[in-house]
Amino acid sequence: MVNEIIEGLLKALQLIFSGDPTVVEISLRSILISSSATMLSVLWGLPVAAMLGLRRFRGRFLLKGFFNAMLGIPTVALGLVLYLFFSNTGPVGFLRLLYSPTAMIIGQAILVTPITVSFITSAIESVDPEIKDLAKTLGASETEASIAVLKESINGVVLAITASFNRAIAELGIAYMVGGNIAGLTSVLTTVIALETNKGNIELSIALAIILFLIVFALSITMNMIQRRRT
Amino acid sequence: MQKTFLIWVSLLVLAVIASVAGTTYYFRASTKTRLIVSTTTSLYDTGLLDAVEKEFETKYPIDLNFISVGTGIAIQHAERGDADLILVHSPTDELGFLKNGTGVNRKIIAYNFFSMVGPETDPAQIRDTAPLQALSKIVESGRSGTAKWVSRGDNSGTHAKEKSLWTAAGFDWKALVKESWYINAGSGMGETLKKADYFSAYTLADMGTYLKYEKDGLISLKILVEQGKDLLNVYSAIAVNQTLHPNVNFEGAITFIKYLTSDEGQQIIEQYGKDEYGQSLFYPAVRLLRENTHATIAQWIREYAFFNDTECPPEYRRGSPELYG
Repeated sequence: MVNEIIEGLLKALQLIFSGDPTVVEISLRSILISSSATMLSVLWGLPVAAMLGLRRFRGRFLLKGFFNAMLGIPTVALGLVLYLFFSNTGPVGFLRLLYSPTAMIIGQAILVTPITVSFITSAIESVDPEIKDLAKTLGASETEASIAVLKESINGVVLAITASFNRAIAELGIAYMVGGNIAGLTSVLTTVIALETNKGNIELSIALAIILFLIVFALSITMNMIQRRRT
Repeated sequence: MQKTFLIWVSLLVLAVIASVAGTTYYFRASTKTRLIVSTTTSLYDTGLLDAVEKEFETKYPIDLNFISVGTGIAIQHAERGDADLILVHSPTDELGFLKNGTGVNRKIIAYNFFSMVGPETDPAQIRDTAPLQALSKIVESGRSGTAKWVSRGDNSGTHAKEKSLWTAAGFDWKALVKESWYINAGSGMGETLKKADYFSAYTLADMGTYLKYEKDGLISLKILVEQGKDLLNVYSAIAVNQTLHPNVNFEGAITFIKYLTSDEGQQIIEQYGKDEYGQSLFYPAVRLLRENTHATIAQWIREYAFFNDTECPPEYRRGSPELYG
């Protein structure tokens, strides 16, 4: 059994370093889909987070609580809901998006939105409130003062992006339910690891698991270093 | 300061749009029409469909997209209009699928045999007995604590077969599920084989997946009961009715069914596995049924997988009479 693991590992490394086209293709697709999803979530999550962090309004705590609660949403549950939505008989079935990378991007973007919003909101809230007042006494308008606060919370934004991307690339439920693991179209790292093992492609699965780990690891380290340089 | 901020925001928006659109376009850049095939796991996981796809796509401008699931889920996908074509192996479920109006133009494409596999020591002594007798022996040994049974438990075609075998052997499978020696795996064929191997248990396996796993050294289970009418396994292709789901690629589905039942398609099915496993994993059924080349098996298929003496009663056919020539 130990031999099997070592053998699998060696073959996996061979697959990675020989630039096996399947391995490269699946890895690239994973990165593209998950980074698109992350950016999409930042696009609509940043304004929401800025509003939650800077403004005081009725229902603010309810909304914040909602996003916090959604942080741990099970991916299969969301995947199932999205499948029913994208399905031909579902409300947006006419778009014919089921089993496409687009559906996966949208799904993962929804999945990581609570992470983006919650992380950025708490980063904004943790900025010393005096900065805003200081900016105002120096003659800044309300908007300019808010921007000053946002700039101070840039580390939180970086952290939010990292965490969102990691969650997106590592999730299986949505990728499988709305993507369908179609070879050459919607198969990504996690779906292949989970399902190609059924075809007996264990070396491929090990190789992809290593790559998945390396991607997550490399991104976290890089982001960490960027943060350090800034502070 | 506000100006730079605005520039940043617009840059971010542009980047997002470009990347999402780019990714979408990159994966969509194809002039081919798409055919979504929900297929039973055995045909896909053995690699047969990859072999078929390679030949098919050189000849037709159709991009085959396989979703590998159990027969039960494949039928559900089709009923929701999420698949254009299904490849399944459970005649009773197929009849229901035709009757509710979703499935049309069913064609039997291939057959093989299930086998009962188990540990080499064979604690229930089922080696070379008749399938139904073997099941009785497994129940007996199971209740005395010397044997275990792993069931697919996933509403797949193999699971349906297993249930009908239990019924034929005089057992109520719903009651058996509650007994401790009966393990309800709820997983695909490969995963179930691995579980059976781990627990040194018996299970019902489709030949294709078993041979692949055995050869790759993933399991050490042995074939104990094989062949015979009771273990017949028949695969068919069924298109999704376009009047019910106007969005489906009906034309593509018919093209693919025609290809699978053509001499060339049947040849691929017959040859697949010979190089690697020394035997076919699936046997072509079209010529066998048309010309009665193997009278006994042809008769078995008719009894097991025909409805009213035909593979597809006329009321469930939509055009393409040449399919049933």
